Amino acid sequence: MRGGDWRTWLPIAAVVVLVAWLTLVPLGFMLWQSVLSPQTATAAARFTLDNYRTAYGSADTARLLGNTLKFALGSAAAAFCFGALLAWINERTDTPMKSLFFALTLVPLIIPGILFTVSWIFLGSPKIGLINLVLQRVFATDAVFVDIYSIPGMIWVDSLHYSPMAFLLMTAAFRSMDPALEEQAFMSGATLPRILIRITLRLATPATAAALLILFVRALESFEVPALLGLPVGIEVYTSAIYDAIHAYPSEVGLASAYGATLLVITSLCVFLNLRIAGRGSRHATVTGKGFRPRLLRIGRWRYLTTGVFLVYVALVVALPFLVLLWSSLQRFYSVPSLAALKTLTIEPYRTVLAYPEIGLAFRNSIVLSLVSATLIMLATSALCWVVVRTRLPGRALIDNLASLPLVFPGLVLGLAIMVCYLSLPIGVYGTLWIMLIAYVTRFLPYGMRYNTAALLQVHQELEESAAMSGASLGLTFGRIVLPLLRPGLVAGWIYIIIVSIRELASSILLYSPGTEVFSVMIWELWQNGQYVELSALGVMMILVLLGFVVLAEFLGRRFGLAEV
Amino acid sequence: MLSVRSLHTDYAAAGGAVVNAVQDVSFDVPDGELFTLLGPSGCGKTTTLRSIAGLERPRAGAIELNGRVVFSSDKRIFVAPNRRNFGMVFQSYAIWPHMNVFQNAAFPLEVRGGKLSRKEIAAKVMGVLRAVALDDLADRAATKLSGGQQQRLALARALVMEPQLLLLDEPLSNLDAKLRERMRFELKRIQRELGLTTVYVTHDQTEALALSHMIAVMNQGRIVQIGSPRDIYERPSDRFVADFVGTTNFLDAVVLAGGGEGGCRVRAALGDLNVQCVDRLAANAAVVVSVRPEDVELSEQPQKATDGDNFYAGTVLAKAFLGDCLDFQVKIGDFVMLARVHPSLRTPVGDTVYVRMRAEKCIAVPDRRGGHEGI
Repeated sequence: MRGGDWRTWLPIAAVVVLVAWLTLVPLGFMLWQSVLSPQTATAAARFTLDNYRTAYGSADTARLLGNTLKFALGSAAAAFCFGALLAWINERTDTPMKSLFFALTLVPLIIPGILFTVSWIFLGSPKIGLINLVLQRVFATDAVFVDIYSIPGMIWVDSLHYSPMAFLLMTAAFRSMDPALEEQAFMSGATLPRILIRITLRLATPATAAALLILFVRALESFEVPALLGLPVGIEVYTSAIYDAIHAYPSEVGLASAYGATLLVITSLCVFLNLRIAGRGSRHATVTGKGFRPRLLRIGRWRYLTTGVFLVYVALVVALPFLVLLWSSLQRFYSVPSLAALKTLTIEPYRTVLAYPEIGLAFRNSIVLSLVSATLIMLATSALCWVVVRTRLPGRALIDNLASLPLVFPGLVLGLAIMVCYLSLPIGVYGTLWIMLIAYVTRFLPYGMRYNTAALLQVHQELEESAAMSGASLGLTFGRIVLPLLRPGLVAGWIYIIIVSIRELASSILLYSPGTEVFSVMIWELWQNGQYVELSALGVMMILVLLGFVVLAEFLGRRFGLAEV
Repeated sequence: MLSVRSLHTDYAAAGGAVVNAVQDVSFDVPDGELFTLLGPSGCGKTTTLRSIAGLERPRAGAIELNGRVVFSSDKRIFVAPNRRNFGMVFQSYAIWPHMNVFQNAAFPLEVRGGKLSRKEIAAKVMGVLRAVALDDLADRAATKLSGGQQQRLALARALVMEPQLLLLDEPLSNLDAKLRERMRFELKRIQRELGLTTVYVTHDQTEALALSHMIAVMNQGRIVQIGSPRDIYERPSDRFVADFVGTTNFLDAVVLAGGGEGGCRVRAALGDLNVQCVDRLAANAAVVVSVRPEDVELSEQPQKATDGDNFYAGTVLAKAFLGDCLDFQVKIGDFVMLARVHPSLRTPVGDTVYVRMRAEKCIAVPDRRGGHEGI
């Protein structure tokens, strides 16, 4: 391929070094920290394996690992069931009003995990939970029907929140499947559930395995649910154990690092396994030349059932959580919905929360961080992906692996690693917005790589080669041909990174200091202070802002993005 | 004149194996001529073209255009593709979907640096669009063009830079049959009128025969034969060329008596026959005789023997009516020959038919089965 000279490759080399710095150095520091004893006023840190001994040697070890696996496996399986069922109904059946359901199903993606968890506490707590109160009134008893503070409760909330992820993964799988295979089964006399189990799910087995692994890794990383629902009743998983160790007095960073290393080993194994699966079923050949028109199964009376499934789902993930937040945001003190409480409706919490001096700051910090990190990531990864996809430079696989490495970092572990790293290095970024920016850019770098790689694979290489034959230099070709053609992917990835940045809590929670709070951290602090109504008010505003942003982005995308290449 | 000398190009296949895509390829293209690289897919023709373009970096060899060296492994010269000033039409046309027709065609002039004013660029672009009959569509979005229009735009974009060399990579393969035929003539007219030195890549032998001054037939990374279209068709140098360029009958035979270049006598399954040979052949050498179906003449009456021609009697095994001609399968002894004749011949299946093959139409080549394996 084209060689080019050092002026072309120097910027790329610089980016590679930067990526290596972002991903490898904090990891090294964390591993180093995990074999050091705590530094105190009287004793310097020294080499020790005590942290690992505490992490593995105590009676709690088995319980911690067991809780983590129970929670993550349960959450992944449940989220998959929800998502796969909805995806099949949406892609394959003639259920009415599907496009509305499709949009509503994706709403939880933009609701921050902490808000979703808090709203389900309002719904499912044994003392104040609405569900219990309603059922107790109906059956005239004071028995507790649901307890959200338990492993099943944690699984329920976490899997509901991440079911849209399963929904999207399985939607893609169903779309690349020839409907004739199902129709044939239908013609052969199979019933609907039988088709679903015998044909559809079998065909989707590779996609299913991949989706389950991704959901499992995601659940391992989950922080909000275990912290808010597990910690109060002493159910610890790895992420909440890390948080606990750091917030213990004195802070046990070494122990937290040992936990982090363990979690990292598990997630790495899963991601590696996932790559192997994906590699086997030819990775990029998802689109076959033969275009089959997606035809829908006419499911007749079953439509009422499928519509019902959608309605219940939308109630559980969108309507109930949002309404309960809205209700509590209109009260002076948190109280259960009733006719009496209806008279005390007030917008006082909104006034209170808007009067906080931190609120403007948090707003500014969240917006600046998300915009800057999304822009930096998308531009940097577009160049990186070009090198990976288009050139035959030695070491290009290394670039891909380096930039994708943060995928295996749970947010909390990444926050921990970055914290340890910049506490040790005297560059003066600790306690500033810069360290948050570093964390966000590192954490979301893989998303930029995925979006850009997908977009670049759509751009026929001859489009670039004909620019070279027309006399355009490498830089000109990149600016005039590659970037404009990547625009749909760039815009989509940019929007996605902005949304996940605004939602981000797990990394920020370890890195913020007074003055660098972001939205999600504000909510976390309000929860810790027991200011439920103010939290609800802030939550409602945040959801509305994010929704508005998604609508705007959708509009911009349609207006300025190329629909197809 | 384009001169390609001992070109070797490798590339790493998936899994790390090195593929010798092009091996020891040399040829010259005189000014203003159209030179075709013809061969089956995977024969190295496109890699050769991309090496000339500079899109692949050859391992060894030299490429020179009008005395200007653009690649030389000895002198360690490699001119980047954007500095070669070669026009190229890609197989997919590579029309940029984010630009309209005018912008696509103007791009090569724009990126050339500020030598031309906007007005000059517009004049040149409209000129070349007029030449390919796209001037009415200058403002149209590139994605709204039909296949044939995209093909003409790709050509216009290659021509607007007034290239010293035009490279065409299967430019007609994405068009439907009717349009392909029309564009074939159009392409030939434009190339001849502008007198552009052109290298053309195709796997379609009809296209190659119709367009080219010279043809190089490639197989497994090497050039097997270079010659004029008539040479390639009538005097194929081996079994592969004869088979690839058109349909042919193959007769395995042994040379009876060594002869000079020209005529010699061989023994085949259907009897002895006089043939034409390209190289000198020794006695007892194994050869394969190629006879084109249209050179197998049939008649219902025995013909008067002319000196040197080959005569046989056979039976009609099967017939196929193709409209402008009629294909006969004729059984001579145990051997079945394909003959293509005028549709006026109506001999029924099972009847006797008399076969004549002129000696100069029976081409004997040394028998290297399957072309160049193992060489």
